[in-house]
Amino acid sequence: MLVIALMISLGLIVAAMAMNVLRLAKGPDVPDRLLALDTLYVNSIALIVLLGLWLNTKTYFEAAILIAMLGFVGTMAICRYLLRGDIIE
Amino acid sequence: MTFTLLAEGVVAFLLVAGGMFAFTGSLGMLQFKDFFMRLHGPTKGTTLGIGCMLMASMLYFTVTQREFHVQELLITFFLFLTAPVTGHMLAKTGLHMHLRFITGTRGSLPELRDEDVGQSRVARPAKARHPWRTRRRSRQKPRLPR
Repeated sequence: MLVIALMISLGLIVAAMAMNVLRLAKGPDVPDRLLALDTLYVNSIALIVLLGLWLNTKTYFEAAILIAMLGFVGTMAICRYLLRGDIIE
Repeated sequence: MTFTLLAEGVVAFLLVAGGMFAFTGSLGMLQFKDFFMRLHGPTKGTTLGIGCMLMASMLYFTVTQREFHVQELLITFFLFLTAPVTGHMLAKTGLHMHLRFITGTRGSLPELRDEDVGQSRVARPAKARHPWRTRRRSRQKPRLPR
């Protein structure tokens, strides 16, 4: 039961990441691409968690924490650059 | 044995639900017509989906390895804290860049303040003061105990 659920969830996450990449490619404006990149970060965290469940290890959660923090900081930096023309004033 | 089977069922349900939520969020981001509509999908659906998935992982490792896991709870807390901030900043950026929106999107674009878009400096108080101790220290005479 767990293996089937894991396969279904993996397929859904991969489809979601494919749609993110599609929006990242065809987004008409810069904030669209930025939103697609941020969602891609979150979906990659989900993929790493599923990989940890699949391999039955807990080694990958530090990588997930790191991706979460760096994704937030990167999105904030690009938002501030678009909004104010500078990141740190 | 029964408890293990029950936990397995809950983990499987949470995994499938998380995948469905994440898929729905990304589908909304792909299919909506407008940036301000597209912002709704990832900020709610994807965040809830990854919350479900991290809960499933925490339950699985807690049951199988007989010790409580806090790292997934940490990631969940951090993501639930940062997703509204990211959405707010992205909406502000979209308002600032005057993105086109369809007529079905309600609400008018408010004028952002000059401090928000970098036209003027951020207004800050000249000197930080203590919230409730407003009188200055130097005027009070020190009272000596008699």
